[in-house]
Amino acid sequence: MIGVISYLVFFATTASILAIAVLGLNLQWGNTGLFNGGVVAFFGAGAYGTLILGGTPQAGHLGGYGLFYPLALLGGMAIAGLVAWIVGLLTLRLRHDYLAIATFGVAVAFENLMRNAEWLAGGAKGVRGFERPLRDALGDGFTYNIFFFLVVLVILIATYLFLERLVASPFGRLLRAIREDEEAAQSLGKNPARVRLMAFITGSVILGLAGGLYGTFYAFVSPQDVLPTLTFQIWAMLIVGGAGNNRGAIFGAFLIWGAWTASGWALSRFAPIEAQLYTGSVQFILIGSVIVGMLMWRPHGLLPERLVVSQRGKTPSA
Amino acid sequence: MSETILSTQGLCRSFGMLRAVNDVSLQVRRGSMTGLIGPNGAGKSTLFNLLTGALKPDSGSVQLDGRDVTGLPPDRLFSSGLGRTFQIPRPFARMSVLENVMLAPMGQTGETISGPFLFRNKMKSEETRIRAKALEVLDFVTLAPLADHPAGQISGGQMKLLELARVLMGDPALILLDEPAAGVNPVLTATLIGKIEELNRQGTTFVIIEHDMDFVMRHCDPVIALAEGSVIFEGTSAEALANPVLLDAYLGTTEDA
Repeated sequence: MIGVISYLVFFATTASILAIAVLGLNLQWGNTGLFNGGVVAFFGAGAYGTLILGGTPQAGHLGGYGLFYPLALLGGMAIAGLVAWIVGLLTLRLRHDYLAIATFGVAVAFENLMRNAEWLAGGAKGVRGFERPLRDALGDGFTYNIFFFLVVLVILIATYLFLERLVASPFGRLLRAIREDEEAAQSLGKNPARVRLMAFITGSVILGLAGGLYGTFYAFVSPQDVLPTLTFQIWAMLIVGGAGNNRGAIFGAFLIWGAWTASGWALSRFAPIEAQLYTGSVQFILIGSVIVGMLMWRPHGLLPERLVVSQRGKTPSA
Repeated sequence: MSETILSTQGLCRSFGMLRAVNDVSLQVRRGSMTGLIGPNGAGKSTLFNLLTGALKPDSGSVQLDGRDVTGLPPDRLFSSGLGRTFQIPRPFARMSVLENVMLAPMGQTGETISGPFLFRNKMKSEETRIRAKALEVLDFVTLAPLADHPAGQISGGQMKLLELARVLMGDPALILLDEPAAGVNPVLTATLIGKIEELNRQGTTFVIIEHDMDFVMRHCDPVIALAEGSVIFEGTSAEALANPVLLDAYLGTTEDA
């Protein structure tokens, strides 16, 4: 029984961390229409940043600054934001598919940099020597996992509330206008380049927050954690849940992560021995099929965007 | 205040070998309803885009209210008092009609990331004011009953009224309309032109680009005609109808104008 609960806590923690990432992407894509194909670069910048800033000294690579944990996490978010600022200045003039290709390239470059620049982040071996905060007080067992889950849950709720208030404000209205028709928005005195950059950076900082929590959870990050697969998983969560709807983003994260975990379990349990080697690939095929299927039959997701969030008129007309 | 609100000197713009706008100098009188006509390919749209900042001229200059605004982007021109509508309406489709209109006012406190959190009271009082004004403007253009409708689901003519409403939120001194009558049913066209004339009486200057010569002759004065990128005529609508050069250039090349 405790095993099941323990597993559920583990599952819910990972899903909640991913939900935070999906919320970040939703601000970029769902609200502003920015096709970020390089989600893992910002997620990874947060993870690497947090672990390098908050970890113990390591021979051979950067790190060991041993910062107080919340500062390390904020630092990771800031690094993700900084990366987004640079990438944004270079690529945000691009539209849709071109932006997607450019940001995808950035993410692949990020992964390769992490894999090869050993002096920076330990190369393929990754960043070790990170002590999870409050481990001395809570130990490494079930109590710690419950505690960490609650922390992640609070951060998820705070992120959700922050974004809900943001998209219901004139700023959210501005983002939607840029998404709907940039040229029209510019003819009404708005500066699309500035707005796109702001939304891109803010979304990436949230992705960095998720990455920082992810790195903290495993007390380890390596290039294997920033593969393109994660970008596709996070995209699948947003598309299935419903782009433009924050509740949909969270729902999609839990649903897709659940389906991913369950399919992995089912394949390892029921697939013939000789096929076991390929279960990972089968999962990729499944996630790809889910994205394609949703886009074909339910493009607005299971919880579609609701219209009007900033202000209502008098009464709906009859 | 000078008599001229908008003027251009020697405005040129080419696309490859084609000189779309060739040495255009014109003046728009404050308070006028200036019509800009010309056959297809005369350079009307290019000139319009040069005036609204959507395109930058190769050479020449544009003055708005006596200030040089050559090459300024559309957002800066809007804040200088120049509003525009589009030939094919461009509503923010997945936003309500009201939200479309509330977007337009400049410098809103809530339009930054920190605004909705740090300056909440200021933002709320601004929102109340903007919303009231937006409903007033929607009422003026007869769209108030549709305030909560998705802007992408109203008719084409209503979209043109919506674009006018959005622009009015910026209290522009000059409004450029790109083919306001094109593709709109006659009833809504009458509503639209009625509102435009009412605004014009209150002092707003209009420049109307129109393919429909009849429309321009009835509602605009003066009339400026373009052909092959150059101004070929400037005068009253009565003079335009009597001008052989214009009639030849215009009526000669289109079948049913």
